[in-house]
Amino acid sequence: MKNTIRQVFHSPKFVAGFAIFVAILLVMFIYPLINPGNPLEQIGVGTFAKPGTYISLYDAAKTNTQTLRLPEAADNRIAARLSMDDRVEMINWFGTMNISVEGLDINDTDALIELWNQNYDPSARPEGMTSAKINYYKRLNNSIAELSASDTISIADYDEEGNLAVTKTISDTDYVNTKDVANVKTLPLGTDNFGRDVLKELVSATGTSIRIGLIAGIVATLIGLTFGLLAGYLGGVVDDIIMFVTNIFTVIPSFVLLILITYSLGQEQRGAAIVAIVIGLTSWTWTARSVRSQVISLRNRDHVNLSKLSGHSLIRIVVMDILPYIASYVVMAFILQVSSGILAEAQLSLLGLGPKTTQVPTLGLMMNWAMLYSAHTNGSWWAYFPVILVITLISFSLNLMNTGLDQVFNPTLRD
Amino acid sequence: MGKVMLEVRNLKTKYVTRFHEDVYAVDGVSFTIEEGKSLGIAGESGCGKSTLALSMMGYYFPPLHYMSGDIIIDGRNISGLDPDVVRKSILGSEIAYIPQAAMNALNPTQKIIKFITDVLRAHDPKKDKKEIRDMAEARFAELGLPKETLEKHAVELSGGMKQRTVIAVSTILNPKVLIADEPSSALDVTSQKMVIKMMRELMEKGYIKSMLFITHELPLLYNVTDDIMVMYAGQIVEKGTAKEMVFDPVHPYSHGLMGSILVPEEGTRGQKLGAIPGAPPNLKKPPDGCRFAERCKYACPECRYASIPEKPFGEGRMYRCLKGVDELKEVYSGE
Amino acid sequence: MSEMEKARRSVDFADKPLCLSGRGVTKVFGIGDKKTVAVDHVDFDFHEGEFVSIVGESGSGKTTLSKMLLGLLGQSEGQILFQGKPRDISSGRKKKEYWKGIQAIFQDPFSSFNTFQKVDAVLLDCINMRGGKGLSKQDKYDMMTEACNFVNLKFAELTNKYPFELSGGQMQRLMIARIFLLKPKILLADEPTSMVDACSRATILDMLLNLRDETGMTVIFITHDIGLAYYISDTVYIMEHGKFVEYGKADEVILQPKAPYTKRLISDVPKIHEEWDLSTVDLLKTE
Repeated sequence: MKNTIRQVFHSPKFVAGFAIFVAILLVMFIYPLINPGNPLEQIGVGTFAKPGTYISLYDAAKTNTQTLRLPEAADNRIAARLSMDDRVEMINWFGTMNISVEGLDINDTDALIELWNQNYDPSARPEGMTSAKINYYKRLNNSIAELSASDTISIADYDEEGNLAVTKTISDTDYVNTKDVANVKTLPLGTDNFGRDVLKELVSATGTSIRIGLIAGIVATLIGLTFGLLAGYLGGVVDDIIMFVTNIFTVIPSFVLLILITYSLGQEQRGAAIVAIVIGLTSWTWTARSVRSQVISLRNRDHVNLSKLSGHSLIRIVVMDILPYIASYVVMAFILQVSSGILAEAQLSLLGLGPKTTQVPTLGLMMNWAMLYSAHTNGSWWAYFPVILVITLISFSLNLMNTGLDQVFNPTLRD
Repeated sequence: MGKVMLEVRNLKTKYVTRFHEDVYAVDGVSFTIEEGKSLGIAGESGCGKSTLALSMMGYYFPPLHYMSGDIIIDGRNISGLDPDVVRKSILGSEIAYIPQAAMNALNPTQKIIKFITDVLRAHDPKKDKKEIRDMAEARFAELGLPKETLEKHAVELSGGMKQRTVIAVSTILNPKVLIADEPSSALDVTSQKMVIKMMRELMEKGYIKSMLFITHELPLLYNVTDDIMVMYAGQIVEKGTAKEMVFDPVHPYSHGLMGSILVPEEGTRGQKLGAIPGAPPNLKKPPDGCRFAERCKYACPECRYASIPEKPFGEGRMYRCLKGVDELKEVYSGE
Repeated sequence: MSEMEKARRSVDFADKPLCLSGRGVTKVFGIGDKKTVAVDHVDFDFHEGEFVSIVGESGSGKTTLSKMLLGLLGQSEGQILFQGKPRDISSGRKKKEYWKGIQAIFQDPFSSFNTFQKVDAVLLDCINMRGGKGLSKQDKYDMMTEACNFVNLKFAELTNKYPFELSGGQMQRLMIARIFLLKPKILLADEPTSMVDACSRATILDMLLNLRDETGMTVIFITHDIGLAYYISDTVYIMEHGKFVEYGKADEVILQPKAPYTKRLISDVPKIHEEWDLSTVDLLKTE
C-alpha cells in the first residue's frame, strides 16, 4: 500500500494533475476567507462592469486633496478620454481636407491635437459631407477644446438658506490618496449580467461544481461497483439480470436520458444535489461493466477459493479478498466519473436544465447566464472565459491524475 | 575437437528496475559450444538462465542492458553490433530463439505459410512464392510435420503441434545456434517427447549446428544435451558432460540439485531428496565471496569473502568452489 | 531403503476406515452440442492416513475432480461419501462444516494469498476457524510459532510481512503451516510443487509426508508428474479423459503398469537410469 502510494507520487503526470487540482481546491477554500459574503449578492446595477478597480467618486470628492504637478497628467487625461473612434474620424477629416498626415502616429495624442487645432476650420464645408457629419466634427472640436482646457470643477451644495454655494473646487492638479478614500473596490473579473462579482461567484461555483462532480462520481461508482461485484462474483442468473439492465442503460445515450430526467423533474425540484444524483444515476454502466470483468477473472483465483474453504461469508470474501484487488481500478474510474460529472453539469446547465438558478452558482449556470445575456457578442469576456478556463483546468487535472495512475497500475503503458 | 560454433566470453548484462536499481542477472559467464554439440543450462528460477538466453541474441531492449563481454558466433563477434543490424542479419539466420511461450506468439489470423514467407522474405525479399512453398514443404516433411499444417491457422493446432511448428519456422534459415528456453515445459509428456525428437532431428540433419537448451527439468536435460552447466545467481557454478553432472556432481549446489531428481524408476522411491534450504541472494547486491555460501551446508567462514575463480578439473570440467574436488566427494560419500 | 520407508510401505490401507469415496462421480460442462464431460463416472476410495496421488495430463479432468472433492463445484451425477456417509453441502452452514474436514493447497503460491493481508492474519484466521477465538494472545502466538516451526519458518521474522515478500517455496510452506493449524481430516494438494524450484520441492514433499505421519490425515496429491507421484504416494490413480484408467499401490502401478495409457505415460517421461526411447513417438501423428 505504502509502496503503491510512493509509486503513484513518482509519476510526473499524476503529480502535475494533483498539484493543479489541489491548487484549485486551495483557492476554493482560502478565497472566501479573504473575501467573505454571499457570492450571489448583486453589487452592481447594470450588466457587465469591466474588470478593474473602482473608486467611489463620492468619497473621493470629499477626501482631502494633495497637489501634485505631474507634467504628463494633462496628456494622460486627454489620451484616456479621446476614444479611438474619434481619433480615426480626425484622421478622416485630415484626409478630406487634403492635409498630409504623414509621420503622424494615431496614438500620439499631442501631435494629433496640435495638427487638429492648426487645421480645423468650423466653417469648411467639404463636398459630399453630410450636415450630420459636419455637426459631429463641430462637437468633436468642442470636446477637444474642453479636454485641453484646465478649468476647475466646482462642487456646490445647498447652504442653510437653501442657496447653492460652492463648497469645494477641484483643480486638475488635485489628487487624493486611494488609502484615504473610504471605498475602493477591486473587481478582478468585473461583474456579470446581474451585477455580481464574477471572481467571487466563480470561486463559489467551482466549489459547487466539484461537489456536484463528487456526488455524481460517488453515486455512479457505488452503483457500478455494487452491480459489478454482484454480477461478477455471483454469476449465473444474477449476472444475467444485472447485465441486461446495464446493457439497456448502455444502449440509451446517457445524456439524452439525463436531459429527459432533469426536464421531467421540473425547475423547482432541481437543486444542485438532485442534479448531481441524477448525473450519477445515468453514468454508472461503464464502472459496472469493467468491475464485473475484473471480478470474473479474480473469482477463480486460488486465494478466493481458500477464503471460501476457510468458511468466510460472501460479504467478507467480496470486501476482503476481491475489493482490494480492484481498488486501484475503482479509484481511476471514480476520478473519471467526477470529471465527467462536472462536464455533464456544465452541459445540462448550458441547456437551461441545470440546478435552480436562484440558490447557487455553478460553472454551468455561469456559462448559461453569460450566454443568455450575450456576453460573448458584446465582448464581456470576463463573464465566460474564466469559467471555461476553470472547467478545462479541473477536467485536465483529473484526467492527468488518471493517466498517471493508469501508468502506475498498468506497467505496460509506461513508456 | 570440433569447430567452435558459439563462444561467450565473460558476458555481463543487467536489468534496470523501475526505481533505477541495477540487477546483475548475468555476471561473467563464459562457455563454448562446438559444432554438432548441445549444451544445457540448469538452475532455479531467477538464477539468470533465461536472461542469459536473451542476452546471447545480442538484441537488447529495456530493461535489459548490455554491460561487457563478447558473443562470438562462428568467428563473428556480435556483441557490439547495432540492434537493427542484429535484427536483420543475425536473428533467424545465425541465432534462432524459442521461448517457452513461443507457441502463443503466432498471430492467430494468419496461416503458417505466411510466417515462413515473412521469415524468408526478410532475408531475401525477391524470393519466389513457389520456391518458398517448396522449401517449406520439404522442411516440414523432413521434420515429420504434415504439409497441411502450412495452410492452417495457429488456433487449429494443438499445443505440441504449435510448438513444433514454431521451431520449424524459426529454423528454416538453418541458424548456427538454436537457443531453446524451456521449449517443452508447458506441454504434456508425449508432446514434449515429440518436440525433443524434432530438435534432435534438426541437429542430426545439420539444419542447426549447435544448440543451447535451458530448462529446470534435469531428467529432460540429461536426455537432450551433451553437456550441462549449472547456473546460480548469475554465474556458472559447474560444467561437465550430462552423465558426469547427473551422477557425479561436484559443486554443493549441483549436488543438491541432482539429488532432487524424481523419475518413475525402481529405487527412486524412499530415497533422501537433496533439499537446499534458503533462497538465492538478491542480485541487486550480489554477496562477496561465494554466492552460494549462505545456503551451503559445507561453507566455511572464508567462503563468504574469498573471491572464487572457475576451477578446471577432469576432462574439460569446471566448478566454482573454494574446496577441492576430492574433499567435496569425500563429504558427499559420508552422508 | 530406510526402515521407516519400509514400514510406511507395508501399511495396507484397504483395512483402514474410509475417509472419502466416490461412486459414479461425473461432471458435465455446458449443454447440448457444447457438452463436455470433464469427469466421467469415476469411483474411488481414499482411506484414512493414505497418501493418494491422482496423476493426469492437462485436460484429464483432475482439476475438476479436485474442485468437486473440495465442494467448490457440485457434481452432475454420482455421490461423494465423506467418512462413509453421503456428503451434504446443500447449505452454507453445512459447507462450512464440511470444510472443517477438508482443506487444500493450490498450485500457484503467488495467487493463493490475499496480497493485502499480512502473514499473521492468514494464520490467525486458521486459529479462529478452529474455534480458538477466545484464546489469549500468547497462546495464539505460540500456536503460530509452532506451525511455522513445523515448516521450518521463523514466525518472529514473518510477522508484519506480506506474502509477496516471501519466495514461492516459503509461501507454499506457509500454506502447509496453515494446514498444520487447521488439522483437517483430508488435505487436497493440487500440484503444490509445480511452481516452486527443485530444491524447495524436496522440502515441501518431505513436509507433506511429515504432516501425514504426524496428524494421520489423508492426503490427496494431484500432479502431472508421475515420478513425483511415485516418490511420494502410497496409492496412485491414473486419470485419462475424465476416467481412472488404472489405480493401485504405487509400486504396482508404476513398476508394472497394465493400462496402455499408463505404460505410454511412463515411457514418455525422461529418465536417468534407463534410456529414454525417442523412437516410441511418431512425429507424423498429429495428436
